[in-house]
Amino acid sequence: MKSKVFKALTIVVVIFLGACGGKESKKEVEGTETEATEVSDSKTKQLEIEKPQLTFGFIKLTDMAPLAIAKEKGFFEDEGLFVSVEAQSNWKNILDRVIDGQLDGSHMLAGQPIAAGAGFGRQAELVTPFSMDLNGNGITVSNDVWSKMKPNIPTSEDGKPIHPIKADALKPVIASYKSSGKAFKMGMVFPVSTHNYEIRYWLASAGINPGMYTKDNIQGQIDAEVLLSVTPPPQMPATLEAGTIYGYCVGEPWNQQAVFKGIGVPVITNYDIWKNNPEKVFVMTKKFVEENPNTAIAVTKALIRAGKWLDAPGNRAEAVNILSMPQYVGADEAVLANSMTGTFEFEKGDKRSMPDFNVFYRYNATYPFYSDGVWFLTQMRRWGQIPEAKTADWYGTKIKDIYRPDIWKKAAELLVAEGQIPASDIPETDGYKLATTEFIDGKNYDAKDPIGYINSFKIGNKD
Amino acid sequence: MSDKLIKIIRFIGLGFLEPIIRLSRGEEPRKNGILILKIIIAPLASVLLFIGVWQTGSTALFNKEANYRIEKALKDQGQKAADEMKLCIDSGDISCQPNTLPSPSQVNASFKTLLKDHKAISIDKKNFKEKTAALNKQRNAEGKDPIVYTGRPSFVDQIKTSIKTVFAGFLLAILIAVPIGVIIGLSDTLRSSFNWLIQIFKPVSPVVWLLLVFMIVKTLTKDSDTDSSFIISFISVGLCSMWATLVNTAMGVSTVDKDFINVAKVLKLGPLQKVFKVILPSSLPLIFTGLRITLSVAWMVLIAIELLAQSPGLGSFVWEEFQNGANDSNSKIIVAMFVIGIIGFLLDRLMLAIQKFVSFNKNEGI
Repeated sequence: MKSKVFKALTIVVVIFLGACGGKESKKEVEGTETEATEVSDSKTKQLEIEKPQLTFGFIKLTDMAPLAIAKEKGFFEDEGLFVSVEAQSNWKNILDRVIDGQLDGSHMLAGQPIAAGAGFGRQAELVTPFSMDLNGNGITVSNDVWSKMKPNIPTSEDGKPIHPIKADALKPVIASYKSSGKAFKMGMVFPVSTHNYEIRYWLASAGINPGMYTKDNIQGQIDAEVLLSVTPPPQMPATLEAGTIYGYCVGEPWNQQAVFKGIGVPVITNYDIWKNNPEKVFVMTKKFVEENPNTAIAVTKALIRAGKWLDAPGNRAEAVNILSMPQYVGADEAVLANSMTGTFEFEKGDKRSMPDFNVFYRYNATYPFYSDGVWFLTQMRRWGQIPEAKTADWYGTKIKDIYRPDIWKKAAELLVAEGQIPASDIPETDGYKLATTEFIDGKNYDAKDPIGYINSFKIGNKD
Repeated sequence: MSDKLIKIIRFIGLGFLEPIIRLSRGEEPRKNGILILKIIIAPLASVLLFIGVWQTGSTALFNKEANYRIEKALKDQGQKAADEMKLCIDSGDISCQPNTLPSPSQVNASFKTLLKDHKAISIDKKNFKEKTAALNKQRNAEGKDPIVYTGRPSFVDQIKTSIKTVFAGFLLAILIAVPIGVIIGLSDTLRSSFNWLIQIFKPVSPVVWLLLVFMIVKTLTKDSDTDSSFIISFISVGLCSMWATLVNTAMGVSTVDKDFINVAKVLKLGPLQKVFKVILPSSLPLIFTGLRITLSVAWMVLIAIELLAQSPGLGSFVWEEFQNGANDSNSKIIVAMFVIGIIGFLLDRLMLAIQKFVSFNKNEGI
């Protein structure tokens, strides 16, 4: 009997040793292999890197492209950085992992670092040294909604609907859903995402109330005529197909995916809602940037080069090929190419030219403008995510904690010195873009007068 | 010689090969022939039948989806678009392929792609190691951590990680469940006092365990830089799966034959001696039944936990492919499904072999 117990224990021990032993011996092999081949013929001047091994997160969206390109084209390694790029499941997860230090930096929604500093959701000190892209989102509705919307849209001579389509065409559909007892539900990807503000902007510009937030109710559905809820981007098409939502606002390729799978029709892109609006940003914690200043600059350098590469003519096809790898976005090349190569397909067969659908470098896309950040703050205040009135000064000072063009500038100046980018690519600016009226409703936005801007909207909080 | 071979084969759970060996030696051809039919040919036939049903099923689904698309094009855009759609589907162009249950051949093709991918990644890994060797040597001298591979894990790497996680979780389950099971099995009072807790925690879903473990581990590893996702996932796997062992051990210990206990009393064995010499050996069969259930539960919940914890492994592979939604994503998911199933089957065989090795009961398990 004793021997039986002994045998059982032996086996357990053997398994245990096996599990651990394997790992150890592997380590040894790694350690012993030392004969060297000379490292890297870098094309740039490397800084003194404090932390060469980095892990960055992203969500499967085409606008993560600068990360994929910087890695695949060796821009990170040129700076002496060894970067792993890992897909994450949703925006909440990404925010938590960056704050908790499991990720050194990440592709994030522009609103996330701002909300984290402005009092909505989890609070942390995050900084944005690099803006990843402009535009790149779309609003898609289900086939059923589209068939009811279509008769309300004016058509041009060739019978195609005239773009941009305003939410006025959606208004009667919402009413008809309501009268048949169904609440009109749409998806967006995160409470502080660009998508949330864009779909709200689009709906509200047609007089449809998308619902308000208050201090105690952070569902954002008070008085809502359209119920907006959160769904992670890659699950949008599946959720639409299942009938849980009737439409959504999301980044690419998930609008084109709906066209390919025949489950929905994109009606408008965010380029038409606000021309050249800021979209994703690259975010690190303030702590990381302070402890590793050179690393932060090196990362920004690599990303600026990646942005430049992406907007250089003729590179997009290769970019699509890289993005279609399963570890990045992973969707089919045909789907990715539809929006990445200067076109956008609305209804199946209705492919339109959209050369600026996603911009990674042109129009100073990589520079983190204060005025872009302030726009998000004004929308947070408009919809009640910032529950109390703030002074105009607060908007300016708050954004200067989060947006860090100083890091961008250092990186860009190094790149100019190395001959990677022309000096004219560094904008002469105080961080504020000029006032613009390039919105779907033609409202004037001046970042230096946030209160006036907030008060100019019919729907939303007023200060 | 050959008897020894048969013994070994039986021991490692490949008992079904026995009649082939016997037949090859010309032993009882009729009896062994029937045996072969029964335990090899019949299961093989059922597998073939399954593949046949799958093939017809996937073809039917494909046609249904294709017809729907053609009809939709006809309704929305007229005859010309419908013809174009039909041509496009027939040509196999991926831009209009119906997205549905993949056929066996597609799954097979994906399996080959994954293997090829593994080879490519292995080469890439080797190159990376060569490239960073000098730098790592220098970092080593400065007392810094070496640079490790930054690429993604291949499918095979992910299988390895999953197996590692499952065994770590399984060991944890043994270390927690067996001692507690023995202790509460020995005392009626303890058993009834813990019974409620056990019954409450037993049906808790893997997701909730994961979140619970996440809350605790996150705080505990606050200061360290290590990636806690492996720790979180293996502890959750252990906690989810240990209940079968716990309950079975307690039951096994509490139902030890009274005669054995009396003998122990007569021999005046101390409490520890009693546990190790009498109680544990005689409750081994039940403990092992529990361990087998534990291992299969561990493997089953692992996928769900990896999927949520973002720790690398088969679970996150499945999740990522689902998110990719590419043309071959569905077939990759099915490859993973089969790999998971087959590994689960092998793990069960392994446990069965160990059980036979250590217990009195030599009956063929199920």
